[in-house]
Amino acid sequence: MQLVGERLAVDRGDRRIFDGVSFAVPAGSALVVTGPNGSGKSTLIKAIAGFLPPAAGSVRLDGMAGADDGWRLAEHCHYLAHDNALKGQLTVAENLSFWQRFLGPGLDIEAALEKVGLPGIGDIPAGYLSAGQKRRVAIARLLVTARPVWLVDEPTAALDAASGKRFADIVRKHLGSGGIVVAATHQDLGLKAARFLALDNAAGHHPSPHGGGAQAAAA
Amino acid sequence: MAELTAKAGSIWDFANPARFMGIANAVLPGLAAVTVACLAIGLWMAFNAPEDYQQGSSVLIMFIHVPSAWLSMMAYTVMALAALGTLVWRHPLADVSLRAAAPIGAAFTFLALITGSLWGKPMWGTWWVWDARLTSVLVLFIIYLGIIALARAIEEPSVAARALAIVTLVGYVNIPIIKFSVDWWNTLHQPASVSRLGRPAMDAAFLYPLMVMALAYTLIFLTLHLMNMRNEILRRRLRSMRMLAAREAGGA
Amino acid sequence: MNALFVRELRLATRVGAGALTGVLFFLAVVTVVPFAVGPDLNLLARIGPAVLWVGALLASLLGLDRLFQQDREDGSLAILAMAGHPLALTVFVKCLAHWAATGLPLIAAAPVFGLFLNMEATAIAATVATLAVGTPAVTFIGAVGAAVTVTLARGGLIIAILVLPLVIPSLIFGVAASYGAVEDPAPFTQPFLMVAAITLFFAVLGPLSAAFVLRHAAE
Repeated sequence: MQLVGERLAVDRGDRRIFDGVSFAVPAGSALVVTGPNGSGKSTLIKAIAGFLPPAAGSVRLDGMAGADDGWRLAEHCHYLAHDNALKGQLTVAENLSFWQRFLGPGLDIEAALEKVGLPGIGDIPAGYLSAGQKRRVAIARLLVTARPVWLVDEPTAALDAASGKRFADIVRKHLGSGGIVVAATHQDLGLKAARFLALDNAAGHHPSPHGGGAQAAAA
Repeated sequence: MAELTAKAGSIWDFANPARFMGIANAVLPGLAAVTVACLAIGLWMAFNAPEDYQQGSSVLIMFIHVPSAWLSMMAYTVMALAALGTLVWRHPLADVSLRAAAPIGAAFTFLALITGSLWGKPMWGTWWVWDARLTSVLVLFIIYLGIIALARAIEEPSVAARALAIVTLVGYVNIPIIKFSVDWWNTLHQPASVSRLGRPAMDAAFLYPLMVMALAYTLIFLTLHLMNMRNEILRRRLRSMRMLAAREAGGA
Repeated sequence: MNALFVRELRLATRVGAGALTGVLFFLAVVTVVPFAVGPDLNLLARIGPAVLWVGALLASLLGLDRLFQQDREDGSLAILAMAGHPLALTVFVKCLAHWAATGLPLIAAAPVFGLFLNMEATAIAATVATLAVGTPAVTFIGAVGAAVTVTLARGGLIIAILVLPLVIPSLIFGVAASYGAVEDPAPFTQPFLMVAAITLFFAVLGPLSAAFVLRHAAE
């Protein structure tokens, strides 16, 4: 299994956000997307998730039956961006069990909450939680449904150091079991075996297909 | 209202909800027993009242209808007083009292409307007429429901308290105006085909059971109000306990 | 999909949601009419079906702006779009749940309001039947309106303006069927079937077009 992007270009309005971005992420490895604000890190994540149709190029998941076009790819992805997709009126367990039943089976809810360091908060309404706690419940969402590709955008922004470390452990475990992670972040996730993709916001930048602005450098 | 059952001067003791809970728990069993007894006596007297020569046995509805209508207004008065308590004295229990009284008042108003409708069907030949009195009770019912909807819409109790108090007071001031305008509206448009409910001078045989029923209804209101206030306090306690639990769970 | 239906119903009935408000608004509209036209019972009985239809129509417009907006704001919409189910089906289920939470109470309340308007039993039964069959169309059309205004902060009024002209056919045939049940020469079955046909038509068209719009607003 391999997540492959080929000469991706995405437009927003009249503006081309990036152009000619290529990458290949095999199972068990992470791609860390770096770059200054406005360079299109979030846009790239959204394009992989299928929310933004690419103006050129394509993303696909090789070695996965029926995963050719963007919308089928999305079925194998988890998406964790700035919003936590939690309903404050529902309890934490209600939130997670809904996503589990809607998206597919995975880890038990109580076990997932334990993994993010929030055991026993299942029957508290999500609206009562702090920003960091909500974030950790959102991370638990990635666990309650098993999907191979995790697309995460600034996953640790609201987390303290201890929780950030816990998230890095979760990511490592996911990679260890053959998963793929694409992370857009400023912060160091502490992933040793990560590939890096540096975006810069020079519009019309044309990197060479297998290097340049879209470096996929294995450590 | 709890304040009414307390000795004067000790009102501020009730500011402490824990204290209120203690008193409510102590008072409620006795109060409930007296209520049931009073209601039983009232019903017995009502069923033994003579039949009206015009209305037959349907006059029995009156013993439910009239006290319900009275209580619908009394409950709103209690709410208006509680609203003053919230706005002027910022009494922590005033908001609890307002919230607790609203559904009970709405229930009494609903009962008054339903029984009035049942009573009116044989007399007017229709379930509902847009008579001034009926219409203003219907408007009161809508105001009740509006207050309940507002209470449900705002989750944070301290934010809701002010909004509820203001709406309740504006409603209270507006009710006489509505009543007045509806009276005026109806005298202009009332078609002659609809007979008005006559006002017979009431015989003692009807009056005494009615009085007992009114007392029983007032006691029902007091009992339910105290119980509902207790529930509301418990609900808030549960809420703050859950928030505390959330704060303590796994750090920030 | 079951899970989605349950979740939507839960959200609609939890504290902070306005499931009660629709019925209350309906009651207020019905109550205001006699003040405007006068308490003439014969007149009220004659215009009763029309008043009930207009009241129910206006009341069912109320909560439409919340159909997708909250899901978009908290990020749920993106995750909903990434499920294995077609987005149109997700929209359809959301519409059904929305109708069950807001439309059904209106229909349950309509007979009581019919009594207020001095309507005959047959007229009430016919109006309730047409409302039960006709109001889902409002939700399905409303889904399109809610989808195109999902990114607007104050879309509620725009939705009403977009949706009202489109539900006029349902209104025409619904009221016609209600009158057909009591006034002899006019037929009941024909307009009633028209109402049903319109609802079925929009049950397909509404979710499909809403999903098409939402796919690009999901991110």
